[in-house]
Amino acid sequence: MLNISKGKAAAILLTALIVCLCAVPNFFAESTVKGWPAWAQRHVVLGLDLQGGSHILLEVDTNDVRRQKLQALLDDVRKVVRENRIGLTAAPVIRGNSVEVRLRDGDLQQGLTKLRELAQPLTGFAGSTGQRSLDIENVGGGLVRLTVTEPAILDRIRQVVDQSVEIIGRRVNELGLVEPSIQRQGNDRILVQVPGLGDPQKLLDIIGKTAKLTFRLVDTSMPVEQALQGRPPPDDEIVYGSKGENGQPYLLEKRVIVSGEELTDAQPGFDQRTTEPIVRFTFNSSGARKFGQVTQENVGRPFAIVLDNEVISAPVIREPIIGGQGQISGNFTVESATNLAILLRAGALPARLTPIEQRVVGAGLGQDSIESGKHASYFGAALVVVFMVATYGLFGVFASIAVAINVGMIFGILSLLNATLTLPGIIGIVLTIGIAVDSNVLIYERIREEVRGGRTPITAIDAGFSRALATILDSNITTFIAAAVLFFFGSGPVRGFAVTLGIGIVTTVFTAFTLTRLIVAWWVRWERPKQLAIS
Amino acid sequence: MRLHRSIPLLRIVPDDTKFDFMRFRRISFPVSAALSILAILLFFFHGLNFGIDFVGGTLIEVQSKTGPADLAKMRTTLGGLGLGDVQLQEFGAPTDVLIRVAQQPGGELAQQAAITKVRDALGSDVDYRRIEVVGPRVSTELLAKSTIGLGLAIVAILIYLWFRFEWQFALGAMIANVHDLVLTIGYMSLTQIDFDLTSIAALLTILGYSLNDTVVIYDRIREMLRRYKRMPMPELLNVSVNSTLSRSIITHVTVTLALLALLLFGGHAIHSFVATMIFGVVLVGTYTSVFIAAPILIYLGVGTGRMEADEQSDKKTTQRP
Repeated sequence: MLNISKGKAAAILLTALIVCLCAVPNFFAESTVKGWPAWAQRHVVLGLDLQGGSHILLEVDTNDVRRQKLQALLDDVRKVVRENRIGLTAAPVIRGNSVEVRLRDGDLQQGLTKLRELAQPLTGFAGSTGQRSLDIENVGGGLVRLTVTEPAILDRIRQVVDQSVEIIGRRVNELGLVEPSIQRQGNDRILVQVPGLGDPQKLLDIIGKTAKLTFRLVDTSMPVEQALQGRPPPDDEIVYGSKGENGQPYLLEKRVIVSGEELTDAQPGFDQRTTEPIVRFTFNSSGARKFGQVTQENVGRPFAIVLDNEVISAPVIREPIIGGQGQISGNFTVESATNLAILLRAGALPARLTPIEQRVVGAGLGQDSIESGKHASYFGAALVVVFMVATYGLFGVFASIAVAINVGMIFGILSLLNATLTLPGIIGIVLTIGIAVDSNVLIYERIREEVRGGRTPITAIDAGFSRALATILDSNITTFIAAAVLFFFGSGPVRGFAVTLGIGIVTTVFTAFTLTRLIVAWWVRWERPKQLAIS
Repeated sequence: MRLHRSIPLLRIVPDDTKFDFMRFRRISFPVSAALSILAILLFFFHGLNFGIDFVGGTLIEVQSKTGPADLAKMRTTLGGLGLGDVQLQEFGAPTDVLIRVAQQPGGELAQQAAITKVRDALGSDVDYRRIEVVGPRVSTELLAKSTIGLGLAIVAILIYLWFRFEWQFALGAMIANVHDLVLTIGYMSLTQIDFDLTSIAALLTILGYSLNDTVVIYDRIREMLRRYKRMPMPELLNVSVNSTLSRSIITHVTVTLALLALLLFGGHAIHSFVATMIFGVVLVGTYTSVFIAAPILIYLGVGTGRMEADEQSDKKTTQRP
């Protein structure tokens, strides 16, 4: 055990040195490190609980996605029926999770064939299974039921998440936040993390809005009050005004003149006459053409600008708007005008997102946590070193050196992995300091025993090492299993604890098997002890 | 010249102790059983003080900008918002207040609305150091995930021990360490420490470290079993525990020192985590390894097979001409 070849010794020292050196970039300012080669830039990332920041978990409203999917199917069915002049005995309606339509007997076969064309094979992850987007069922009596399949819904949710990640990314970037991270999580969730953001209210305002913008005509053929009491005309619906508009109801045509997708730009500004904050927008060419045409035909009639099912403004068309440029004035503040402009530029979210978890740490608390983490580490290390030296003398010094290198290696590995250091992660490191000496204690106590058993110092050391190492391995693996489970089931900061604890166990076993042995072997060769200091 | 000879070394545990630990099993087993039952009763009738991670709700840490916070005034202000159960508590310093708002009925968005109300009410007299909102869906998931995680860790470790030792050892270690977890949960119920995600981390770490201790003793027992084929079990167990005693104590001192540093300097945020660890690892873990994990092997029949096998092999040798 104590005969370590020069080559092996060199390999051990080199490994320890290189791993420790990986921690070096952490001690330099980020601006300094930027000039280094890429491989030397890896460093420990401070968790949001230490540097302060916002963590927001959003969930796609799957009911919203289902509703949209059904609505689209209903429109498709109507279109097929209309285009193929299929005779119906009952118009298509949404019932539960399906669209039902009743076909006239003579048209049943042709209708079924045409409707079946609506079902598409699913591409993507479900594609290979031969799944289709629709189940079409001939219930009998001319009734045909079209159901959106579950894989098709999942497929759509996946798309929605992907699109949302991109749109949120654009919106967040517009806010000028530093290093935001936006990731898909699981099937229907998005995790937004923004370091340094201590007040997420603005962020939530920006990502919580769907921002679906439509321009529609107001139906003036019937007073709103009458529509509210009776039934609104089939092509109309009642939409309420926003708070700024006092929640007033409007009777709007369902037909959309132009929607937000056809905007090329939106900027906040001020109205030249009233100096009120407004949002200026520009349509793309097709949007400009449609808007120009409609405004030309409807001079004198009011139209409505609808954002997320709220009328934000309903001006009267004074003259045709041909240039494709316009402005929205809707009792904005400077801030809300700026936000709306950002939302319009970034585009609408494909479905509603709900924040389901929010964790925000202010920069002050983060800094306090770093300070207390540092103090606890220094104090803990000092206590352990004093105790070990008092108990084992020179061997205690050896143990302390091993622990110091151990901590250096933990930071080295954390840097290599670009791992995140959290407050619980610091606890993991301090605990490792306390636990790492255990391997030394096991070895030393075993050596003591062997000496008492009548062995000479050198054979006692040899036997002590070889017997203790098996125990060290066994006892550390149990803790490692606990750390691994914590890593896979924990979340956020707790995961950071699992990481440092797990890495700490690996480095502890490494130093016990190699470094501690090497140090003792050197000492034995140099000193040729007749008596052991620890026995 | 030799520096290390001149320093008188601490000798915490004298060499060659001969405590009769096994005799204590007649006391330690009933005591542990009673305490475990008490802990389980506490869990069911006193309950744990579940944090927002597991029951949902809102947690806000604020720091008063104008000297010590006026808790009474804040309590009336926030109490009048109609947010149900609102708890306030001084947190670490007189300027710091921890506000807990119970989960709001009405789904995920209602939680967000509650935060806005609190912020509007407190105005700009305070700094927001921390805001955590956990909705009903996430809290349900976290609770399920944590329970599964704990269960899985126990099973994984059991399988590992079964692999490395005989099944009796694995079972003995598991009984001993589930006992640790039960007592720790009892302690958490008694002290009403916040039970959140970090508590799960604490429980898992306690599980890992208590087992670490048990494994060291078991390793020695296994070695002794191979070496001394005829030594009676209680005596063999006693020798094993005694010969690892000094290691157990020194290691626990160093772990305690590290935890003590965390308790004193680690700040208020990790206080409950460290307190739980100290209880679980230091107080219960050590006791369990020595007084439960080792003696339980007698009841699980470790070593009895060894004697028979021995006799059989003896017979074989004697039968030989």
